[in-house]
This record gives sequence, structure tokens and C-alpha cells, in this order.
Amino acid sequence: MVKVRLWGSLRQAADGETEVEVKAKTFKELLDRLVETYPGLEPQIRRGVSLSLDGVIYREAWFTEIRPDAEVVLMPYMTGG
Amino acid sequence: MSLDEYQKREFKQVGTRVRRPDGVDKVTGRAMYGADATAPGMLTGRILRSPHAHARIRSIDTKAAEALPGVKAVLTGADLPAQEDDFIRDVQDNCMARGKALYDGHAVAAVAAVDAATAKAALKLIKVDYEILPHVTEVDVAIKPGAPVVLAGRSLENVPAGMSENVTSHCEFGHGDPAKGFAKADRIVERSFRTAATHQGYIEPHACLASVSSDGKADLWCCTQGQYFVRTLCAAIMGMEASQLRVTASEIGGGFGGKTTVFIEPVALALSRKAGRPVKIVMTRDEVFRATGPTVHTSMDIKIGMAKDGRITGAEAHLRYSGGAFPCGTVDMGAQAAFAAYDLDNVRTYGWNVLTNRPKEAAYRAPGAPQAIYAVESVIDELCQDLGLDPIDVRLKNAAKKGTKSSYGPTFPDIGLVATLEAAKKHPHYSAPLAEGQGRGISCGFWFNFGGNSCVSLNINTDGTVGVTEGNPDIGGSRASISLMAAEELGIDYDRVRTIVADTSSLGYNDVTDGSRVTFAVGLATIKAARAAVRVMCERAAKIWGIDADAVEWKDGAAVPAGPNAGKFPPMSLAEIAAVSFETGGPIAGHHEVNVDGAGVSFGVHIVDVEVDKETGATKVLRYTVFQDAGKAVHPSYVEGQMQGGAVQGIGWALNEEYIYGADGRLQNPTFLDYRVPVASDLPMIDTVILEIPNPGHPYGVRGVGETGIVPPLAALSNAVSRSAGIRLSELPMSPPRVLKALGGS
Repeated sequence: MVKVRLWGSLRQAADGETEVEVKAKTFKELLDRLVETYPGLEPQIRRGVSLSLDGVIYREAWFTEIRPDAEVVLMPYMTGG
Repeated sequence: MSLDEYQKREFKQVGTRVRRPDGVDKVTGRAMYGADATAPGMLTGRILRSPHAHARIRSIDTKAAEALPGVKAVLTGADLPAQEDDFIRDVQDNCMARGKALYDGHAVAAVAAVDAATAKAALKLIKVDYEILPHVTEVDVAIKPGAPVVLAGRSLENVPAGMSENVTSHCEFGHGDPAKGFAKADRIVERSFRTAATHQGYIEPHACLASVSSDGKADLWCCTQGQYFVRTLCAAIMGMEASQLRVTASEIGGGFGGKTTVFIEPVALALSRKAGRPVKIVMTRDEVFRATGPTVHTSMDIKIGMAKDGRITGAEAHLRYSGGAFPCGTVDMGAQAAFAAYDLDNVRTYGWNVLTNRPKEAAYRAPGAPQAIYAVESVIDELCQDLGLDPIDVRLKNAAKKGTKSSYGPTFPDIGLVATLEAAKKHPHYSAPLAEGQGRGISCGFWFNFGGNSCVSLNINTDGTVGVTEGNPDIGGSRASISLMAAEELGIDYDRVRTIVADTSSLGYNDVTDGSRVTFAVGLATIKAARAAVRVMCERAAKIWGIDADAVEWKDGAAVPAGPNAGKFPPMSLAEIAAVSFETGGPIAGHHEVNVDGAGVSFGVHIVDVEVDKETGATKVLRYTVFQDAGKAVHPSYVEGQMQGGAVQGIGWALNEEYIYGADGRLQNPTFLDYRVPVASDLPMIDTVILEIPNPGHPYGVRGVGETGIVPPLAALSNAVSRSAGIRLSELPMSPPRVLKALGGS
């Protein structure tokens, strides 16, 4: 199981929690499990999210491996200028 | 260790200040910019724009324009297809209104004619029947229930019930309990701030030339920060396959984020398809201001509690951003960046995006961060003044570092804020005496940076020179940086490498030149492409020597036997291997395609001295120093240029630049005469201090540098004005009238 920290405004879509646990070994599995477990997260995940693994931010990287003890933080999709 | 990871090394090419490859072309006028493209039979395109801030378009009568001799095509929104995807539909509707004109300057029709005079005359013959609607141009008005609704039905699921339909999204970040933190504070400051929308102010207006052939193939030449993204957008709007649309980026006269989308390109393509001839559109400056993307304008509330010793005990921010008439997510970035510089136990940031009748926001260096950090850094400075504390000491006491749980969620790995603050504190500027009436301000800044999709092809020519093909327009010196990294990896001189920017049919997809990504991400792809070419050259040398390829290594630009057991052979240089490449297996090349992550966040600290003229309200910038963690500076002069450019643009935001709307909802100052950007005579030399803290996610330790520099100037200037004039302004820009008004009331 992987602990995933969500940003505050996703709380309402995740049963009031900002930290949830899902079974996932990769970024893609994590997104799939989040949508399955918390369907309310699907609109945001479809619009785009980034993922921080141990402080390194990934924008799109489905097959990035996630260790069970990794710090996993879901973030809005990064944009820049 | 992965090749992506930083390995300490002695550089021979990287870090030198080589001549810029585009310099001669640019100073002699040979460089081809967007407006320089021509084609046989080319028509001139012109766009009719709404004079109203908000109006329903009842009908558009184009018959008289179409009948005018010399007019070859007329276009309205009805000529473009319906789009299912919200993002594409917004881009298309911003290029050409359908149903409603949403802001002053919104395109409502276009013509292509044999010359500019005919096109201009044709625009006057187009009759648009408008039903003028109530408008709203200020975020604080638009957010109120009952305000005129700009676009209905665009609120996301995360917007609380009961808010105006103009509120399209809401976000919240943070941890701990700010209320508990405030209870521990010795002093709490709570202030409201406003910042004006500003324009990127690039010197080159948007320009493009589109040519659609009768068999459906199309070519587009344009000034852009990302030809591949232009292709994606235009292909979707035109209903074309990507392979049939080739987009070539011109040299670019500034972008800063504002050329990361399309405004006129789909219009030119649609006109060309209709007319059967090439169509060129060049925006006027008036059009650039009224109809391309400025920044968001904002309204913000900040509350920070501090203990007597300078420790921040609690922090909270409420950010209301408006990116104009279409939804945007910039407030998400501002909300994440607001308190990112600090190690806080109790922090919370709330953000709302609000629609107004203004042009659609486009990115501008670190989009969303300068505004939020201006407000936060202003309150921290006021707390320092109230408690009699040194501003840098307070920031050092609270600085985020390795292991800090950031205000936006992740725990920071190695970061450079403390080193940057310490460099600022010990710099002579910080302790230099000030004359009476002068003030010194400082501010921290933060930006995320990212990597992204990058393709590089590197060809070894038979004469021993090297051609690198990459797909990102060079807006800040990337051709020099990429050539330097290729030369470094191959072990040859910089002058032996030429880097060119490919069109969309010549190389795989490359993300836009944005997010401070190119030197980092395309540089990484270049290093890996060079390593691929080196592997081939080692194999060729091994064949020539009759030994295993594993027994050959690359050293100082030549293949050499890996050890005494490999045999005794003299080094075989790149040029020697290249010269016989046809005989040893064919041309030699390396390429690499990757979606890069691991860019690493960036911090900066700025110090500025100012003097406020209390009679005129004008602020003179006396001295300015930028400190920034740049990772390895591949070409230090370009890095300094990015830091200086960010500072100067930030000075403009702080002191003068603003979109001014009249009561009629029309933009009052769409010219450089009335939209005042800083010029050289306004400014002192911007001094720079580069801190080279290696990014662990790049083989050479490179970090993005293009955006962070615009973040600190807003608060640094405001804090300096506060200490110079004894007034604390809470609205940007601090233009002379606004300063005078504040002085009068103080």
C-alpha cells in the first residue's frame, strides 16, 4: 500500500481525507486505483495532475516505480512560462 | 548510478562564455522573424475586433466585404468547427468569437485581401449587430454573486455552492492549523493586496504566414515558443492530421510565456484554406495588448503570525486571480508557491479563479507566483519592521531546507535557499550605507521548473564537425547552451558544433519552450544523444583496431584503448573516425527522445535600493542585486541575462506596468506610450550572483533559470519603497500617482 497526500481541495472527493492509501507500484496504477476508490477524483485526474515522489516532481510518467515507503504527493499539473 | 543523475566533473566547455551563435544575424538584420516570411501570391490578413467588453453577436453581415475587389476570403466564427474539448474550444473561441464577444479586442471576423489597404477597407464593410451586455473587468466585483456572468456553466466540481458563476475553480493547499499558529504569535499582520495585469511586452508582435494547398497539406511559419504545440492546436481547430501541417518557428523577438499558445495562426490557416492562397497576419501593438495574453490580475488577503524571535507561527493566504474571459489554473500555481520558501508548521492557502471581461491570460515567467509571493513577502517585511528584526535573519530562521515539508505538500530534497540567503547577507550590497530618504528592500522568490518532452538528433559530419537538431525555439540562448553541452560530452571545441531548431516534420515532439525547461531537459537529451554517438564511434574504432568494442573508451574527444590488455593503439579522434565513417559502416549519429522529470525547484533573493521622490511620487532604482541558485551555469552570460531580465520585468510590474480599464470596459492604454515598461535609462546595472548548487536530476547539475528572477522584485521594491518613503503600499504598480496618493494620506 502507498500513502498518497492530496491537496486540500480534493478532500471533498476523498471522503474528507487528505491522505489516502491505495495499492500501486507505478504512477499509472496509482492514478487508476485513486479513480476506482474515489470516483470524485476522476475529473481532476483527467484534467491533469503531477506527482511528487520523495520530493521529485513528475508530470507524466506512468511507469515511474513507487516504493511502498516513498513519500507520494498528488499535485496539480505543473505549468510554466 | 543513472546517467540522469549528477556526477561531479571538471568542465572544459560548459561554464565558458562563448560567442552567441545568433548574434551576427540579429545585429545585421539577417535573422528571420515572424513578419519576415513571404510566399508567392501572398495575401494580407486583418482581423476585426470587438469594441465592446461584453456583447452578444446577433449577426455578422460580410456580403459587402466579400464583394469588395481584392478581397479573397472573409472568416467568422461560423467557419470554424464546433469543438467538444473545453481546452481546444476556449483557444479557438479566443481566436475568433462565436456567439459572444467576451472582451474589448476580441476577434469577431477576419479578411484576406491582396493588400493591407484593401483588407482594412473590407473590415469597415463588415456589419456586426451587437447586443451590448453588462460587463465586469475587476476580480473583486466578478466574484460577487449577481455579477454579470462572463461564461456560464464553466465552474468545476471543486467550487463551493453559492458562488458567482464566474468562479471557475477553487484550490487549497497547506498543513497544520493556522489558527493554532496565530495563537502562538507575538505579532500578527493581516493585509489585503491587489496586483494589476501586466503584459509580457515582447518587442516582436505576433506574426505568421499560413499556406494551405488544395490537397489539404499546410505550412505555417510563425513566431512562437513552441511550434509543436501550435501544430497540436491548429490541427485540432482546422480538423487536420498533424502530419499534414508543418509548423516552422521563426527567430523570436521575446516571448516570456506569451507565445506559448495561438492567437492568429488558426485564423491565417482558415483564411488561406478559404482563399486558396498564402495568408500573412502581423498584429499591431494595439492588437497585441488588447487581444493576446497578459497576466492574471489579483486580489489577495494575507495573514501571518510571528514570534518575537522572528519565527513564523502561522500563515494563511486567500488568493483571487482572474485570467480574463476563459478559465485558467494559474491560481493553483500561485497558491502552491505563496509560502514555498518557508518551513512552516501551520500554513494554508486558498485560491479562486474568476472570469472577467478581459483577454485570455497567457503564461508569463513563473505564472502565478510573483503575485502571491509579493503579498507574502510584504507582510513578512512589515513584521520584521514591527518587531525590529533583520529581514534576512528572519528569512534564514524560517527558510525551507532539505527535509522541510513544503507548503504545497512534498518534502524538499536538497535545495539552495539557505545558501542564497547567506550569499545575500554577506554581499557588500546588503551592508552598504544608505543616504537619507533611501530605502533597501529584499525578497525571496521561488519557482518549480519542469522538464518535459524533448527530442535531439546529433549528426557527426565527415569533416569532424557536429550538427545538433533540436525542437525548441531559442528564446534565451539555448542554441549556445546545447552546443556547449554537446561539445563537452564529445570532447571537441564549441566552434565545431552548430545547433539548429527543427520544424515539426523534422523531429519528434518537443514541448514548448517554457517552464525554464530547455537548457535542463533538451540539454539532458543532447548529452544522451552525444553519448549514443560516442558509443557508435567507439564501435567503429574497435572495428578498425580489430578489438572488442567494450575495450574502447572515449577520452578527450577520441577513442582510446580502455586498458593495457586492449592493445596499443594511438587515440583516434572524432574527426579521424568521422572521416572514414562511410567505409566503416555509414554515417554516424546519435539521438535521444525522452520526457524528462527531475528539474528541481529554484530559489532567488533580490536586494534593491530605491529613493522615492516625494514631490512626484516617482521611484528611482539606485542599486539592484540578484542572487539565484542556477545549478551549473552552462553559459554564465546567458544565465546572468535571464536573472537581469527577470529583475527588470519585475521592476516594471512593481513600479509602472498595468492594464487600465475604463468604466466602459475598454483597455485605456494599449500602447507602449501609455503602458510604461522600464527602459535602460530608468535602471542601474543589475548585478548578479550565480550560486551553482548542482541539480541532482541532471548529468551536469543544470537547473532551470528563466522564471525565478521575476518573482522577488515585486516585494523587494515594495519593501524598499516602504523603508524609503515611510508608506506601505498594498497595490501594484506603485506608479507615481498611487505613491503620491499614499503619501498624501500618510
